[in-house]
Amino acid sequence: MKRFVTPISAVIIGLAVGAGVIYVMGLDPAEAYRSLLKGALGSKNGLAETVVKATPLIFTGLSFAVARMAGLLNIGAEGQLYVGGLTGIAVGIYLQGLPLAVHLPLALLAGFVGGGLWGLIAGALKVRFGASEIITTVMLNYVAIYLVSLMVTGPMIEPPGNFPQSPPVLDSARLPVVVSGTRLHLGFVVALLMVVFYYVFLWHTTVGYEARVSGHNPRAAGYAGMNAVRNTLFVMFLAGGMGGLAGASELLGVQHRLFQNFSPGYGFDGIAVALLGYNSPIGIILASLLFGGLRSGGNMMQMTAGVPVAIVYVIQAVVIIFVACEELFRRWQKNKVGPKFNLRSLLSAQPREVKKSHD
Amino acid sequence: MAYLLEMQDIVKDFGTLRANDHINLKVEEGEIHALLGENGAGKSTLMNILYGLYHPTSGTILFRGKPVRLNSPHDAINLGIGMVHQHFMLVPALTVVENIILGMPRRWGLVDLKTAAQEIREVARSYGYDIDPFAKVWQLSVGEQQRVEIIKALYRGARLLILDEPTAVLTPQEVRELFRVIRRLAEEKYTVIFISHKLNEVMELCTRVTVLRGGKLVGTVNTCDTTKEELARMMVGREVFFQLDKEPPSLGDVVLEMDKVEALNEKGLKALKGVSLEVRAGEILGIAGVDGNGQSELAQVITGMRKLSAGRIRIKGRDVTGTGARYIYEQRVAHIPEDRQAEGLVMDMSIKENLILRQYYRPPFAKGLFLKWPAIKENAVQLMKEYDIRAPHEEFLAKTLSGGNQQKVVLAREVSTQPDLIVAMHPTRGLDVGATEYVHRRLLAERDRGAAVLLISTELDEILNLSDRIAVIYEGEIMGVVPRDRADREELGLMMAGSKRLKAS
Repeated sequence: MKRFVTPISAVIIGLAVGAGVIYVMGLDPAEAYRSLLKGALGSKNGLAETVVKATPLIFTGLSFAVARMAGLLNIGAEGQLYVGGLTGIAVGIYLQGLPLAVHLPLALLAGFVGGGLWGLIAGALKVRFGASEIITTVMLNYVAIYLVSLMVTGPMIEPPGNFPQSPPVLDSARLPVVVSGTRLHLGFVVALLMVVFYYVFLWHTTVGYEARVSGHNPRAAGYAGMNAVRNTLFVMFLAGGMGGLAGASELLGVQHRLFQNFSPGYGFDGIAVALLGYNSPIGIILASLLFGGLRSGGNMMQMTAGVPVAIVYVIQAVVIIFVACEELFRRWQKNKVGPKFNLRSLLSAQPREVKKSHD
Repeated sequence: MAYLLEMQDIVKDFGTLRANDHINLKVEEGEIHALLGENGAGKSTLMNILYGLYHPTSGTILFRGKPVRLNSPHDAINLGIGMVHQHFMLVPALTVVENIILGMPRRWGLVDLKTAAQEIREVARSYGYDIDPFAKVWQLSVGEQQRVEIIKALYRGARLLILDEPTAVLTPQEVRELFRVIRRLAEEKYTVIFISHKLNEVMELCTRVTVLRGGKLVGTVNTCDTTKEELARMMVGREVFFQLDKEPPSLGDVVLEMDKVEALNEKGLKALKGVSLEVRAGEILGIAGVDGNGQSELAQVITGMRKLSAGRIRIKGRDVTGTGARYIYEQRVAHIPEDRQAEGLVMDMSIKENLILRQYYRPPFAKGLFLKWPAIKENAVQLMKEYDIRAPHEEFLAKTLSGGNQQKVVLAREVSTQPDLIVAMHPTRGLDVGATEYVHRRLLAERDRGAAVLLISTELDEILNLSDRIAVIYEGEIMGVVPRDRADREELGLMMAGSKRLKAS
């Protein structure tokens, strides 16, 4: 129960700060939030949009979380999402004559593998050269985004070539809509399955146990005879694959074709989702739905209350800052209450994330 | 009689836990006062209150007869109270002088390093310390870092010095040196509160002892009126036997054979230079030596955590040179690592998860790729009972356990599989009397069962108490191996210092 206190108070404070900003702008916060809520939850379509927007966040949240649990910092979900979208849609467009039951899974698999390989590059650079995955994943984001731009302006451009976009994906590779009259597609179900996979992997498999041990204490992992190289590579592949699925599901389920800058930062918002959800399976789903709701409700808020949709990002940012502060606060408290006051750990209060994971 | 410091009826609650329960402590000026108690007895809490880090829930502190209120270490420092923590509060990347003046008030916000360095050198020299104020702290040995901490406190005008388990990290020589300085301080009317759970040191150094147990005051006695045995009884609450009953060893086959083993350390220097050793089933071979003479590397090459640069290692006749930690573990080799928190345990994981750290991948704890939680839990429940691991249940995180219970988790995990060889490094470092006794008994029981035990320790008493044969390591070389009954403390000391070498026997 106690675990929910911080996320919930973080959200409340985020909303309060958002209200303050709206008020300062001379608009009515109550009206704004009423329309936000109505937009996000007030109708079948609104609800569906909330889920549609939450779906890629679940994938990218898992992408960050699975790496984080293994002591790796994957800031590259955005790039993995682009590459996964690219490979997924390529299979969806160019592999013809297959039934849906074969084609769609193949396209999703391609998205997973594409993103996975993109993550694996960062893993390999770390293992081979000791390059920090924080840096390499960020860099690879740019490579991926420009790679997609290159593909849709050249090799994959839709004939006759008037717009920088790919041809539409074949019907046999589209994620079917599950609630008619909305855009809610099967990708959400895939995302939930991946959450289950995430849970089973980390807490019920030996490989997941190895990943968690490596994440918490790499030296203990070495002592126990675990293979750090294999773990790093595998986890980065898995994290990349989750990111890749975000792209594939977004393109195969909503956009149906590849174009430039198709992600509004889902990869980075995934970090926020994982942080707010404490890397827990349920937490990631709830945080994704929250952020998805803010997104889908934000449009309604803009239309009816005249409040710019950017307020949503203000709220989101405050929530994350608060959650991050809590982490520091808890560290401080722990040191204060523990039998030994250890000033050194406070002075070097780097977030646990920065801990070196594998040598 | 006026006391320098009186702590009266100090109570400190952490939530529902009462860490200090109506404790009284009176310290005279110029005395060396020991604060004795097992881990968790409330010593550190009491001293943190005195240093302004905690607020007492109730109680008063009189300093020089006047009641004082300490809101922060600043207040304590202003009163002339200095504290040297067990874990040093130094910034490794900064120099000695920068560390010492860190946080001190300065004129116009400017730092005059040269003057400060000169002053520091003088303070240091007056206590017989030779210290380079411009050396970076990370380059200093642990003993030197501690000196920096002491000088820091003195330089800031401390008249009452609190030393929190200062000998836990020191070699015997450094301990002797530290004691010399403490006595010197006392001669000059400085007052020292010496926190410890090592009885020999307390008896040797201190004039009076205050004993705490379970957060309560047991009493204050003069060291001249008491004995080690009585102090131990006050501290633990029951009789403690310092002598272990030891059967003569019944030797079996050679289990571990090292043949001219060499290995490099992190800096690429030779840490082991042609080490040849044999350990037989049913005996304990003790490796004595001053810290940092290749002991860590020795344990690591045997357990497969470090590569050899030359030589061979055989376990039960099988050549294991160049294999890895897991392969060697599977040859029934247990390893109690030198640092349980950094290496032997995953502090943020539960007891039951820590207990399968070595065997998580094989039955009964795993079937294929999947973990078998019921078996893991059952294993934990059973081992916690068998090894007396005190925790409410097996889901508790390792970091919530006391040092002794943490070591019992490691011990249970490593020893319960009935290994043929046990490599134990500093198995009792930082443990209290009760836990130390427990670990020693367990190791002896393993030897009597027929395991070969390689005990690496810097505590000569521990080596002498447990070993059947003793080898001395100095700068990566074995200076000689002597049977326990022919071992002589003085001779071992000379070998540890590298000034004597026995002919290979």
